[in-house]
Amino acid sequence: MDFNLSEEHLGVQKMVREFTQKEIAPVIKEYDRKQEMPSFILPRMAELGILGINIPVRYGGQGFDYITLGLVCEELEAMDSTLRVIMSVHMGLNSMAILQWGTEEQKQKFLVPQAKGEKVACFGLTEPGVGTDVAGMSSTAKKDGDDWVLNGEKMWISLATKADHALVVMLTNPDAKDSHDRLTAFIVEMDSKGVTTGDIHGKLGVRAGSTGWIAFQDVRVPDANRLGEEGEGFRIAMSCLDNGRYTVGAGATGLIRASLDASVNYAHQREAFGREIGKFQLVQQKIAYMVQSYEMARLLYLRAGWMKNQGVRNTRETSIAKWFATDASFQAASEAIQVHGAYGYSDEYDVERYLRNSKGAVIYEGTSEVHQLMQAGYALGYRKDGPLRKELPAYDAEFWQEEK
Amino acid sequence: MKIVVRIKLVPDTAAKVVVEDGQVTWGDAPLVINPWDEFAVEAALQLTEQHGGEVIALSVGEESSREALKHALAMGCNEAILVSDYVIDPDTQRTAKVLAAAVEKIGDVDLVIFGKQSIDGDNAVTGTQTARNLGWPSLTLVSAVPALDVDAKTIRIERAVEEGRQVVDGVLPAVLSIVKDYGEPRYPSFIGIRKASKAEIPVWSLEDLGIELPNVVVSWSEIMNPPQREVTNEIVQGDSVEETAAALADKLFAEKVL
Repeated sequence: MDFNLSEEHLGVQKMVREFTQKEIAPVIKEYDRKQEMPSFILPRMAELGILGINIPVRYGGQGFDYITLGLVCEELEAMDSTLRVIMSVHMGLNSMAILQWGTEEQKQKFLVPQAKGEKVACFGLTEPGVGTDVAGMSSTAKKDGDDWVLNGEKMWISLATKADHALVVMLTNPDAKDSHDRLTAFIVEMDSKGVTTGDIHGKLGVRAGSTGWIAFQDVRVPDANRLGEEGEGFRIAMSCLDNGRYTVGAGATGLIRASLDASVNYAHQREAFGREIGKFQLVQQKIAYMVQSYEMARLLYLRAGWMKNQGVRNTRETSIAKWFATDASFQAASEAIQVHGAYGYSDEYDVERYLRNSKGAVIYEGTSEVHQLMQAGYALGYRKDGPLRKELPAYDAEFWQEEK
Repeated sequence: MKIVVRIKLVPDTAAKVVVEDGQVTWGDAPLVINPWDEFAVEAALQLTEQHGGEVIALSVGEESSREALKHALAMGCNEAILVSDYVIDPDTQRTAKVLAAAVEKIGDVDLVIFGKQSIDGDNAVTGTQTARNLGWPSLTLVSAVPALDVDAKTIRIERAVEEGRQVVDGVLPAVLSIVKDYGEPRYPSFIGIRKASKAEIPVWSLEDLGIELPNVVVSWSEIMNPPQREVTNEIVQGDSVEETAAALADKLFAEKVL
């Protein structure tokens, strides 16, 4: 067993950290207050290659492995969740799904520009009335000649107003006996007639990010844009979540680290009763728990990343990584505020933003409650992961790095 | 065009440098590429992007200097070379002799580029000493290279000096030292990171360079920590603002601050 990261991993980690500290740290508070996404972020991440980090070079990406994606997400969210959310939707939920399920034509048409960062991608599953109960969705796609006609609304969609492409899951066969066969996935070009979008304001956290809605009114999508088979949408959506949750878990690990680092710094600076507060045992206890959480969350996501590299199904392992890290990040951020005392309650320090940002991830991509049910289901033998028609391809350095 | 950039591994800027038992130490603080050298790499890369050619990163120091060289490779340098059996000492003329010999061994070099200085020794003379060893002109504090003609072997540079900007014409080959104004160093690219992680860095010895080190002429006879400053706080108070201000002024006069 080898716990070492490679030189490549460390190099990417360092580069992304430098980017966030130099370019995001000076402006993030201002944009968080304004509830506005900095306009330079997406083009800059594209230019640096971050938006295609783990996609094969032949498909326009940078050719790194899935562990690198996790490390990138950890670095991004150690600065602000907004940045990691971009990777969750653009890469985890959309681009990786096209890599896994797409035809060669779909990869050339959609994945290549996405990996190059020329096009931005998002993912639409949740609806105003449907979250966890995916199979109960009401947005429909009806076959009409060689096209599908989409109607309905998707809600809580990150990058809804920024994306060029959306991977959406629609109800296509409401009469199917098995509710899991009722859905189909489509790639929608967002400039299609009948697509409208908007941003949602007043969120608790991720305020410098873009979260919105997408409405479909008689939107025609060619059958060539159908991802996977008809009726395969539920299974595709769940496989997307295996990748999205991975980025969320890795990112939340970064948020724990940020809370820990901020607490350690403050505990050294702040004095009470003639001593720095780090000398007090109850402050030490909070810091010790943050260290424990960080180490555990990191090991859990790296294991999931390693399994992805090996091409081994990792739904269970990714779920536990996401569940643990997001719960722990909420706890760590809350305790970081406690370490900072009254100052932590103001936006003079970053920790209040960490707490606000951490809560979303406990809800999206499977609430903590859903992950508890999943883990109990595995343990009790009620839940087993069947094989998929197409699995996420194992990382093959040669194939990934070859020009073509 | 062939450009050599001198790369040095130094303690991180956040490292706390202290003296212990007469020796300078920064404990286990991480070592990084000298931040000024990143500007030198940026200048070299920009020049080859404009005029063609290759950039070779050259370091003299311990094996750990590989890390700094790999950073330079990841930024886009074509090759890296390490001269490793000489441990840098405060006598920069010795380092300069090694660097000059390495540049001669590389051969056909048009420009050697240094950062303005290194953040550990802060001497800012190694570049000029290397130029002296090579018999080349030394163009220091370069903020821009508005003209360069490799075939005609001419170069025009702008120097950032206290009085403003000074334009200097020179001939190639030459040694340059680069200041911040040249341009923000680029991040290592992902492709560069991969290339750097796989790169084989040749290691040269003094024997390979065919030189012997001159005797040390500069040494640190005695090094000590600066005396600790005693800082005390006192809050000046009075019944009115005027009284407080007068009391504060009296104290400032008494302490000879005013």
